[in-house]
Amino acid sequence: MAMTLAEKIIARAAGRDHVTPGEIVICRVDLAMIHDSGGPRRVQPILERLGVGVWDPAKVVLIADHYVPAFDTETREIGALTRRFAASHRLGGFYDGEGICHVVLPERGHLLPGMLAVGGDSHSPTGGAFGAYMFGIGATEMAGVLATGEIWLRVPQTIRLDWSGRFPRGVTAKDVMLFLCGRLGMDGGRYQAVEYTGSAIIALPMQERMTLSNMTAELGGQAGLVAPDETTLAYLRAAGVAAAESAPWHGDPDAAAERHEFSADTLEPQVAAPHSPANAAPVGSYAPTRIEVAYIGACTGAKLADLRMAAAVLKGRRAASGVRLLVAPASRRDQQVAAAEGTLAILEQAGASLLPNACGICAGYGDALLGEEVVCISSTARNFKGRMGAASSRVYLASPYTVAASAVAGRIVDPREMLDREAA
Amino acid sequence: MMRAGRAFVFGDNIDTDALAPGAYMKGPIEALLPHCLEATDPAFARSVRPGDVVVAGRNFGIGSSREQAAQALKLLGVAAVIAQSFGGIFHRNALNLGLPVLACADAPRIRAGDLVRVDAAAGRIENETTGAVLSAEKLPGFLLEMLEAGGLVPYLERRLATRRPAVPPKAPRSGRA
Ligand code: SF4
Repeated sequence: MAMTLAEKIIARAAGRDHVTPGEIVICRVDLAMIHDSGGPRRVQPILERLGVGVWDPAKVVLIADHYVPAFDTETREIGALTRRFAASHRLGGFYDGEGICHVVLPERGHLLPGMLAVGGDSHSPTGGAFGAYMFGIGATEMAGVLATGEIWLRVPQTIRLDWSGRFPRGVTAKDVMLFLCGRLGMDGGRYQAVEYTGSAIIALPMQERMTLSNMTAELGGQAGLVAPDETTLAYLRAAGVAAAESAPWHGDPDAAAERHEFSADTLEPQVAAPHSPANAAPVGSYAPTRIEVAYIGACTGAKLADLRMAAAVLKGRRAASGVRLLVAPASRRDQQVAAAEGTLAILEQAGASLLPNACGICAGYGDALLGEEVVCISSTARNFKGRMGAASSRVYLASPYTVAASAVAGRIVDPREMLDREAA
Repeated sequence: MMRAGRAFVFGDNIDTDALAPGAYMKGPIEALLPHCLEATDPAFARSVRPGDVVVAGRNFGIGSSREQAAQALKLLGVAAVIAQSFGGIFHRNALNLGLPVLACADAPRIRAGDLVRVDAAAGRIENETTGAVLSAEKLPGFLLEMLEAGGLVPYLERRLATRRPAVPPKAPRSGRA
């Protein structure tokens, strides 16, 4: 019987030949990712209470990114507890200060197409970019997974979002997701499996696909999949994965799915106004809006591909006076490549201050938060009231191109003009 | 069935940053409680009493996977959350922590201060103030069992006591050689 990609992965993990949307199944978990905020400090006491260890430590990856670097006594304690947990279990991976979990996990070759994976973080759908069924869960449920290696799922319907044509220059995966949040709403995904298809999606490089899958969280999907292909395999080879298969992990063409069609050719850069990603509109529709902080950060918006977008705009330009341009590269590796190729120098010459390879302001943790009434444009995923600082601060969401161009102009602007016109 | 509780009513899209603000995430949950929903209703945390219920529109609990969002409500004594729809992760978290969550299309018919009685097992909500009876989506049996046990941890305690862990899976190899 015909199955979608999501159904094939879930059926395999549930030990079944076939699954049907709506039914509840128990799946074996292939990979569990935890971070320092919702990980050891929350799961350890539960494992102790249950009197069990980790079911299969090799399938668990721990990434410290939220309270990195520590900034006070409490966060230093969280760091110490996190490291002790890593030391006392033979985990499949432990990364401390290497970058944001959703970026580090695939970068270090832990994710494979066809996996059923869980993450202790809401942006875990990022793993779907690799053709893995990955979704976010809370700490208690993660403790249950670590204890048993199992998780229940209601087999989702598949919602196919099909993008034909090709995205124009200056239009990115971030614009796609803001557009979709605006069009379908933050519950548009109905906690089902979203799958991104079509010629425009296939043409996207890996880190752009990751941005799509990442912001499936904002779209309300449980998972956000892109069928793996040669682009995926090339990325995995570079990440040191010896053998990965893409062929089995494709939906059958006649499998039942809800389908929405969009044209990539006409999409414009999008900006989401405070305080919701669903407040998205084309950048040109905004009245002049002054900004004081421009933030290139997060798993959503500070990967190498995102840093390059910002640099394409900022080359030979500077942030306007009165604008703080902050850049927190999503991983140490991405930062190293950006440094070696000159991308980082362009950002620094544009006046950017470099922040640690961690969640930072995006998580609302740390001490660099937005002050009262501050207006910010950000390449992150969420602009909920008060998330990045004071409840009176206002955050606009946009692509790295648009954030960079707005930093130069001191107000929200369409980046395409600067992209087309080399700096004088 | 629980006794009736007062309804605290919220709108659509109440997010996890509102329920569990980031600034209080590093400390113990007790320090976060006074700030639960502070940005939306500053009086909520000090007015809510054990047994009260939270009522909301669409998408209650969207955003982060932080389960402190559900835990804070539970520790403040909230007996149940009734909403038109929930953020998927919040919904799972609440059940895992033993907090009844009821998806009910008619949730907006409940007014602030109404006395509401909830029967999660039956998917039934009685508004004692208006006399209206609303029906909510019924949860699958094993989730009701988990809820009745008080959440995933006590549920697992029972399960692990009676059963050895399942056999190791025949899963794809880990990505690393
Ligand atoms: S960067 Fe932001 S969105 Fe990404 S994991 Fe960290 S807090 Fe979450």
